[in-house]
Amino acid sequence: MTGLSRRTALAVGAGGAALALIGNIHSAVAAPKDAEADIAKFTGGKTAEKGKITIDLPEIAENGNTVPLTVSVDSPMTAESHVTDILVVADGNPRPGVATFHFTPLSGSAEATTRIRLATTQNIVVVAKTSDGKLYTGQKLVKVTIGGCGG
Amino acid sequence: MITRRELLQVGAAAAGLGLSSVGRVAAQQRLTQDELLKFDSVGNVTLLHITDIHGQLVPVHFREPSINLGVGEARGLPPHLTGTDFLAKFGIPARSAAAYALTAEEFTELAKSYGKIGGLDRAATVIKAVRAERGAGRVLLLDGGDTWQGSLGSNMTRGEDMVACVRLLAPDAMTGHWEFTYGEERVKELIDRLGFPFLALNVRDTEWQEPVFEPYKLFDKGGVKVAVLGQAFPYTPVANPRWMIPNWSFGIREDDVRATVDKVRKDGAELVVLLSHNGFDVDRKLAARVPGLDVILTGHTHDALPEVVKVGKTLLIASGSHGKFVSRLDLDVRGGEVKDFRYKLIPLFADAITPDADMAAAIVKARSPFAQELAREVGRTESLLYRRGNFNGTFDDLICDALLEQRDAEIVLSPGFRWGTSVLPNSPITVEDVHNATAMTYPQVYRMTMTGERLKEILEDVADNLFNPDPYYQQGGDMVRCGGLGYTIDIAAPMGKRFSALTHLKSGKPIEPTKEYVVAGWASVNEGTQGPPVWELVEKYIAAHKTVRVAPNTSVKVIGT
Repeated sequence: MTGLSRRTALAVGAGGAALALIGNIHSAVAAPKDAEADIAKFTGGKTAEKGKITIDLPEIAENGNTVPLTVSVDSPMTAESHVTDILVVADGNPRPGVATFHFTPLSGSAEATTRIRLATTQNIVVVAKTSDGKLYTGQKLVKVTIGGCGG
Repeated sequence: MITRRELLQVGAAAAGLGLSSVGRVAAQQRLTQDELLKFDSVGNVTLLHITDIHGQLVPVHFREPSINLGVGEARGLPPHLTGTDFLAKFGIPARSAAAYALTAEEFTELAKSYGKIGGLDRAATVIKAVRAERGAGRVLLLDGGDTWQGSLGSNMTRGEDMVACVRLLAPDAMTGHWEFTYGEERVKELIDRLGFPFLALNVRDTEWQEPVFEPYKLFDKGGVKVAVLGQAFPYTPVANPRWMIPNWSFGIREDDVRATVDKVRKDGAELVVLLSHNGFDVDRKLAARVPGLDVILTGHTHDALPEVVKVGKTLLIASGSHGKFVSRLDLDVRGGEVKDFRYKLIPLFADAITPDADMAAAIVKARSPFAQELAREVGRTESLLYRRGNFNGTFDDLICDALLEQRDAEIVLSPGFRWGTSVLPNSPITVEDVHNATAMTYPQVYRMTMTGERLKEILEDVADNLFNPDPYYQQGGDMVRCGGLGYTIDIAAPMGKRFSALTHLKSGKPIEPTKEYVVAGWASVNEGTQGPPVWELVEKYIAAHKTVRVAPNTSVKVIGT
């Protein structure tokens, strides 16, 4: 993704997290169903518990083409208990998969920053997987607006 | 509460006279500076708040809204009360001075009795008096922003005239919104000359996400350590052109507010004040979610409330707009807690308050390059011209009529700004009046075609910025004004389903989704918009018609309230 800033790349690098971007230009029409399928694949069909996840996203996007996103999971990040993977899904995008971040105890914290592209107003769903087999989820609505007329 | 009693005093004096039979002089005699300033001080710290002056250096007529709907949890709560409901809620007698200052009820008639309100020279008098009474060491003066824009002078000088005059008030801090529409370079230039800090904890650079402005400042007032946090308008790059400030990113950033409150508390702040340009409903939600905010000085949505609104322990203040009011909040802060407070929204009745001589001279100087132009009459109006309100105001209808005719359009879209002063019926319309309703840095009137479907999309989008039940998704303007287009809106419906019965007024036919319509409009946020400035077309239209009359607007039907 060309939208990655140098700082993002550095942050991701320093944090020791490996990043796989799965969002790509795709002509298919958006469907929350596709998002559900991505999530089900990640969780293996198990239900994720709400909580532990902090999503830093604007309520209204200033520019849908590059929306800054920081996601973090409350975890001790020890060998016994740490976050292994974080899935980010945009349920209204033509292709909902945004990114999967991978972590090890050496990552120090389960936090990742990137920029995402949002076609329209939609929910960003985050699911985290831990080394002890737990699943956590959180979501945030981001509005993409035509703009103007404020004041 | 002192506010209500004081307003009643002011109100009762005038109300008892029966204004239909009384002239302006009699009404004024009952309104004195002493009475307006009267305040039983309390505690050890005083906050003075001014906000949303919108370039108005001299007193104005400004009609408050007659429709200001709240949705979701804010439905029916202040500030979403108007007219007699507002008067009843705050115990204000009809036809009183307070009724005139705070509502649209019988505006024209009361305006003739009570005259104009505001003026920075009157504000200076009040501010100086409070500082003298309390001792400057106990007083903080805070400016909530939208100060540098909204008049011919501020637009021509790109904010210079306002900075020159406001500096004389010696505020302790400010934050902003329309200030940013002068562009990054100009904003920085003016901030350098302020002599007081421009605070905004919610603005970061787009590249590194690092703070652009000072987030807060600590003051020692009356022996109390006071932290003032600045919150600029969160949706500036959405509601206004992003291309003017491409390197700055905004947002409510609730987590940053929380973190800053925690930080200043840890650093010993005993009183935490948020100087905010969020808009009232956003601040009401914020107050309920972020602990530790003692006071929020609200702005942006131009609400004038005569009493404090309490959310948990947080006191919310709404100080109106266009320079009509100065808010005074006395606080008794002990042991890091507000033990007591007293509040008064002071209306600056121009005929009752003596102008401060130094400020009056500065205002004359600031206006002198344009004095002749400001006073030039372009025509007359038979109708009251006003803007403020959720849907079409008469001044907007006039602008829409002007653009329909001057740009030979079928439909006009005119922004639902909340700034813009009023013109009384059977009065001249001056260049100053026209610019008070139009002065901004992206005034080009475009002319283009849009399909019926696109028009509906735009209406739905703007309405959701106003009527989304979650305030964090609202932007705080009013509904886009339409010329040549009628509709029904259900404000309680979800986005995409609010609008029906879109009608092309001239033909009386329904708007067809696939048909192309010629649309004119102004204040586009897109870079490179082409067209003449809106004030030029409005002036041409008024001059061509000599006297304008705006018929009551019956083309907007509102349901779901």
